[in-house]
Amino acid sequence: MSATTGFAAPSTPAPPARRGARPFRALREYGPAILVAGAGLVVWEVVIRASNLTTFVLPAPSAILAALIANWDDARFPLFQSALNTVIEAVGGFLIGTTAGVVVAFLASRWSGMRALLLPLAVAANAIPIIAFAPLFNTWFGLLNPLSKMMMAAVLSFFPVMANVTRGLSGVDPAALELMRSYAATEGTVLRKVRIPNALPYFFTALKLASTLSLIGAIVAEYFGGQGSVLGRMIVQSASALRFDITWAAVTLAAIAGITFYLLIALAERLVIPWHASTRNEG
Amino acid sequence: MAGAETQPVVQITGVDKTFTGRDAGQTVALQGIDLDIAPGEFVSLIGPSGCGKSTLLRVIGDLVQPTRGTVRVNGKSAEQARRDRDYGMVFQAPVLFDWRSVEDNVKLPLEILGKPKAWRAQRAKEMLELVELGDFTRHMPYQLSGGMQQRVAIARALSFEPRILLMDEPFGALDEMTRERMNDEVLRIWQQTGTTIVFVTHSIPEAVYLSSRVVVMSARPGRITKIVDIDVPRPRDDESRESERYFQLITEVREALRAGGGELDDSGTASARRTLAEGAVG
Repeated sequence: MSATTGFAAPSTPAPPARRGARPFRALREYGPAILVAGAGLVVWEVVIRASNLTTFVLPAPSAILAALIANWDDARFPLFQSALNTVIEAVGGFLIGTTAGVVVAFLASRWSGMRALLLPLAVAANAIPIIAFAPLFNTWFGLLNPLSKMMMAAVLSFFPVMANVTRGLSGVDPAALELMRSYAATEGTVLRKVRIPNALPYFFTALKLASTLSLIGAIVAEYFGGQGSVLGRMIVQSASALRFDITWAAVTLAAIAGITFYLLIALAERLVIPWHASTRNEG
Repeated sequence: MAGAETQPVVQITGVDKTFTGRDAGQTVALQGIDLDIAPGEFVSLIGPSGCGKSTLLRVIGDLVQPTRGTVRVNGKSAEQARRDRDYGMVFQAPVLFDWRSVEDNVKLPLEILGKPKAWRAQRAKEMLELVELGDFTRHMPYQLSGGMQQRVAIARALSFEPRILLMDEPFGALDEMTRERMNDEVLRIWQQTGTTIVFVTHSIPEAVYLSSRVVVMSARPGRITKIVDIDVPRPRDDESRESERYFQLITEVREALRAGGGELDDSGTASARRTLAEGAVG
């Protein structure tokens, strides 16, 4: 590019990586997966219709869809209201757990003594099947109070967020810290300009984990009793009434909620950290 | 360059540095270092790995505290010099921040120094033009080659006009061709800015090509064994790389390294031989 040095620059300066022709790219990227999923549903439908399997064992997709529509606003199985209530519990727990996780991570990265104390505890706690505490949470925070489900979701969300953000805040390239020291930068400046941006990819990884975990936490806690119109209760009650088509419809709603939650976070990740290797589009 | 009456920019007197390992082991990284560096000098520190050349650079830059001895920089303590932002640092890795564009990486020290916004933008532009990356301001670091990334790091180090540039094997990770071009680039910038440069390398030809003086160090304990004045005339170019004097000085530095007992890793001598062969062909 330059006559004096003759540096081999990559041809012409390419425009800073902006994603072009996005819908087509998305189609190329996810098209095959969507196709396979669609084909799976068709095979499922055909096999059920052709065989003698009753709805009892496995309802056909069309039967699940019918149950979903029929019970959307039903008096006994109000699926939509239940999904809404469960999502509120999960999101509430997600917010509580994530906030607490971030706060503790900041404290742990600021004071190494605190880190030395907390990290082994967090690792140990993470190895415990926390979900086993669900009945106890119901007792502590009130069986009928949605807070008991939220707290289960919060505790499950807390650990991945805390562990990942701590790692992101403290695992900074030592050379970057030397560089900041050579600028005589204050600890606050290092936090703002190096540690926090460095932690963002870890934070989003943790949020994706927490989104799934919070929904699991809420639904499992609901299995052990509580307010009536929630997906966990719908699943338990429809199954005991042998209405498995409704069970499947409720599970489908839970799946849709989980996937939507995850995708929203993935979208936020793309918007907030487009520079990171996990999100940037090359070529 | 090292005039007798000029006040040295860097004045190192009797510096020792001992690292105490976790298992009670002690490593003498530097022993009895005395070195004065004059304003506008280009000084290279060369030696085998473990000779403490990078440690010495960090002692000058107040990133490592000496165990004994004093370092004065521009008549101040090294710490005061660091607080006054007298140092520009360039490491072997570019250490660019992934989340900042090329331009914003160059602006980083200016933000920390609290410079006005318009000035930061203009300065970043100038610096990137200086390293011939004027067309890449809005690119992200991952879109650049290794050599280009290192030039961004140099632009960043120069952006706030530090009085001393400390470079720790800045081109060690680059291929030979790119390294030679980068050497010319650094010489050009040095001549344009008049900055004092302390340059750590393990390449003999690189040290001889760039420097006013080459400080030869040896390991265990790290100490200065010889200082070779490089009187190859400036401006230096490919012709200098083929001159008789250049080869004599390369030989002198190599013999000084051998005498110091340090077997330099191969890269330095191998590239010198390659340069010789190319010279014979050309």
